[in-house]
Amino acid sequence: MEQVAPLSQVVVAKPSFLRANAETIAFVVMALGLAVAPFFTYPLFLMQAMCFALFACAFNLLIGYVGLLSFGHALYFGWASYLSAYAAKAWGLTPELAILTGTATAAILGLVAGSLAIRRQGIYFAMITLALAQMMFFFALQAKFTGGEDGIQAVPRGYLFGLIDLRNEAAMYIVVLFVFLGGFLLIYRIIHSPFGEVLKAIRENEPRAISLGYKTDRYKLIAFVLSATIAGAAGATKAIVLQLASLTDVNWPMSGEVVLMSLVGGLGTIFGPVVGSFVILLMQYKLSVVGEWVLVIQGIIFVSCVLLFRRGIVGEISAWISSRLKA
Amino acid sequence: MFEIFGIPSGALFGQLLIGLINGSFYALLSLGLAVIFGMLNIINFSHGAQYMMGAFAAYLMLKYSGLGYWPALIIAPLVVGATGVLIERLFLQWLYKLDHLYGLLLTFGLALIIEGVARNQLGSAGLPYVVPDALRGGQNLGFMFLPNYRAWVIFASLTICIATWFVIERTRLGAYLRAATENPTLVRAFGINVPVMITLTYGFGVALAAFAGVMAAPIYNVSPQMGSELIIVVFAVVVIGGMGSILGAIVTGFGLGIVEGLTKVFFPEASNTVIFVIMAIVLLVRPAGLFGRRA
Amino acid sequence: MKKTLGLAAVAAMLACGAAHAQQVNVKIGVLSDMSSLYADIGGPGSVAAAKLAIADFTKDHPNVKVEMISGDHQNKPDVGSNIANQWYDVDKVDMIIDVPNSGVALAVSQVAATKNKLFIVSGAAASDLTGPKCNADTIHWTYDTWMLSNGTATAMVKTGGDSWFFLTADYAFGHALERDAGAVVEKNGGKVVGKVRVPLNTNDFSSFLLQAQSSKAKVIGLANAGGDTINSIKQAAEFGIVKGGQKLAGLLVFASDVNALGLPTAQGLSLTETWYWDMNDTNRAWTKRWQTERNAAGKYPTMIHAGVYAGILHYLKARVALGGDPDGKTVAEKMKATPTDDILFGKGEIRVDGRKIHPAYLFEVKKPEESKYPGDFYTLKATIPANEAWRPLAEDNCPLVKG
Repeated sequence: MEQVAPLSQVVVAKPSFLRANAETIAFVVMALGLAVAPFFTYPLFLMQAMCFALFACAFNLLIGYVGLLSFGHALYFGWASYLSAYAAKAWGLTPELAILTGTATAAILGLVAGSLAIRRQGIYFAMITLALAQMMFFFALQAKFTGGEDGIQAVPRGYLFGLIDLRNEAAMYIVVLFVFLGGFLLIYRIIHSPFGEVLKAIRENEPRAISLGYKTDRYKLIAFVLSATIAGAAGATKAIVLQLASLTDVNWPMSGEVVLMSLVGGLGTIFGPVVGSFVILLMQYKLSVVGEWVLVIQGIIFVSCVLLFRRGIVGEISAWISSRLKA
Repeated sequence: MFEIFGIPSGALFGQLLIGLINGSFYALLSLGLAVIFGMLNIINFSHGAQYMMGAFAAYLMLKYSGLGYWPALIIAPLVVGATGVLIERLFLQWLYKLDHLYGLLLTFGLALIIEGVARNQLGSAGLPYVVPDALRGGQNLGFMFLPNYRAWVIFASLTICIATWFVIERTRLGAYLRAATENPTLVRAFGINVPVMITLTYGFGVALAAFAGVMAAPIYNVSPQMGSELIIVVFAVVVIGGMGSILGAIVTGFGLGIVEGLTKVFFPEASNTVIFVIMAIVLLVRPAGLFGRRA
Repeated sequence: MKKTLGLAAVAAMLACGAAHAQQVNVKIGVLSDMSSLYADIGGPGSVAAAKLAIADFTKDHPNVKVEMISGDHQNKPDVGSNIANQWYDVDKVDMIIDVPNSGVALAVSQVAATKNKLFIVSGAAASDLTGPKCNADTIHWTYDTWMLSNGTATAMVKTGGDSWFFLTADYAFGHALERDAGAVVEKNGGKVVGKVRVPLNTNDFSSFLLQAQSSKAKVIGLANAGGDTINSIKQAAEFGIVKGGQKLAGLLVFASDVNALGLPTAQGLSLTETWYWDMNDTNRAWTKRWQTERNAAGKYPTMIHAGVYAGILHYLKARVALGGDPDGKTVAEKMKATPTDDILFGKGEIRVDGRKIHPAYLFEVKKPEESKYPGDFYTLKATIPANEAWRPLAEDNCPLVKG
């Protein structure tokens, strides 16, 4: 069998202070940046971007570090969004409980879908995830509680812990920032842990990992559920922020978009999806005036990234930096 | 007229026949996908978009040069197939050494571009295309009125499917193709031009999609999104059938069309999801697909 | 007549005192589906109609400065909601208009209510916008699901179509159409003999059409929209349904759909619209201007485009009367207090629930041989007077309707 290049290209850390702590520094920069950004940019846009960034990070966990392309990740994002919206609106739950409800839903769905999809590898896995997501899309279309084409609207922001009014933009922003950074750190922790090392081993050479005694299917399933759960947290939060849950969130273009965000940012890099999602969202905002071309431009970006910029923005920057450090 | 589960037998047979017609499209499209995957190991996500291109090509031919359905049936696949050849030469060939998933991503991007451009140029409400005169009207079969055109669809797709299967499984050219999939280096050593075969195979798969598109134009809405709506169902069909097998793709396509038709009678709200549910069941019971070989 | 009205308005303003001749700055946002399913019924055509309205109004009112921006909601409630938020908050848009797609319209209506800025719906159909989901900042022009069902169903039952079979798109909008139309059929002495729920975006209706055929209902009601309607009509032609004596009632069909289908396929279809380009000379003249502005000779304006034009005119009238920079609720109240009068919809009014009232028309699609020129799609079958065409206030369930 031909040797195929792995899908992700993680840059190996070099033993210098900057390199060793690059990720910490970058994280601090990102956190600070996001903390002050609402004073310069429209906060609603930033909150949305953070939700999508978390979604993309969750997706990237699977593809970048386990080597599994989930082409139907919108399933978890969207259904968490629905359940969170419904919990807040119809059941009157406080926002943090609503978000937890949504996240839990995504976890369960991830477990069920994952156990089905893990049975196949590579491309089949991708197609199965897509097909399952599409099936749940049709279900969302017809189920009464999702509101079908209209979605669940007028979702109350509610009072966090029953005390803090989230209609206050500042309060809402802090909640979203907290969820985003928390999720991000969780992913970081997963990657840099013994569990994460096994995942990377599975990505590199699954038969060898099996021969070493690891029950790879179980590891893959756990990673899948984690990824789905975090994606769910992103979706659940988004429903509260935008006060709306709709079919867009469960449809296949949404799955495609999160792939695009990760691809553009850099598959298999921890900051890549964050950068990618901000870039793509910004592009969509700016181009909403010439709506007809958004689809085409996204397609062109896909094609160019696959052919030319496979490492994505962050990947290219990392590679450039390490080539400079080498020289 | 006897009843089966409360449905008059006439209606049932009518629905079965219609299921067969839908199955024709599933079979043609999954055949194209199976051929491309078999040779190139690439999931051609733009298959749906190329199906749409076939339908649009037929429409444009009629509008600008007065060429009707019959010439379109031959010219559209050739033209769209040629664009497929271009795509393979310009884009796909660089991806063979990489993980297969890049091919999926690339063709996904291409599908977006094709659909976006079509939407831009030709609007999204859908365009008119009528059934050719020779196939107007229908036969009253007693239990239903079968439009001639639909009968033609079944006939034409069966013919093409069987012909393709025959070429791939029973002729020398097909043998070369199958050998090249297994071991391209060895086959090249025999002096056979493998890259050209690959390119032409992709072109052929794309042409199959376009052919299905021309056949769909008179009966389905010719719109930019006609492909993307269909392609995911076809993916499920292919997973059920098993990608390695040409016969599998054809049989599963027709079979699932019939199953979907039956669902429309007994449980219409589920008709969109039944194929996915079957996919889930097949995955549990026979992960390699009904006809699949170990991937 | 327009000139006199304009002059009279100016004179009235001057008479009221110099204060009212001040500069009025308006920013309007045309939010539509520019690139997908509804791009032809709304989309760039709505932008063209808006441009015409602004040009016509500012010609007579030099003290009014109108800026217009447009955006694409891509049929997604969250995109629409985002753009509405951004426009009202950041871009200082005073009024948003159009928004085809009921889901998006409902979302934008919420945003408008939260920010207390005006929203005029021309493109969307949901009768809930002036029903349970009504609010003080939303005005619903052009049409809605209740009027569509009522118009088409009543007229068809009265002309002999008293047994109905529904082909319903299985989502909220389709259910609403079926519910409203079914109620009208039974109210007029007809009978609903059957229905089948079809998943949205179904490509193939043959099995459902077969069921409709065997039901022997006199009318097959299409409670769906967009691509589904086109598909079901196309395939009905294939199965010889109209030739076999059954009638097709499109509960939501636009002239652009008929254009897409072509007359050979669409002939005989019954539908209700509130404006048709070919009904009189004024409409025809306006259509020519629209086609020039739109730069699309083969396209015809829909009632939605007409609604955008008329809605903007009436809005600007209210703004001039009020002066200054009023909030959404104030302008809405002014618009409801002022009778409407424009070249496209004639005289009418806006009710307290935000519903714009005007007559509705039942059309039948012509046979190909009856069509004398491109765009000659419809024969007028009946006119439904304004006071009968819309859902009565008492049945609204709108919180704005007191008692």
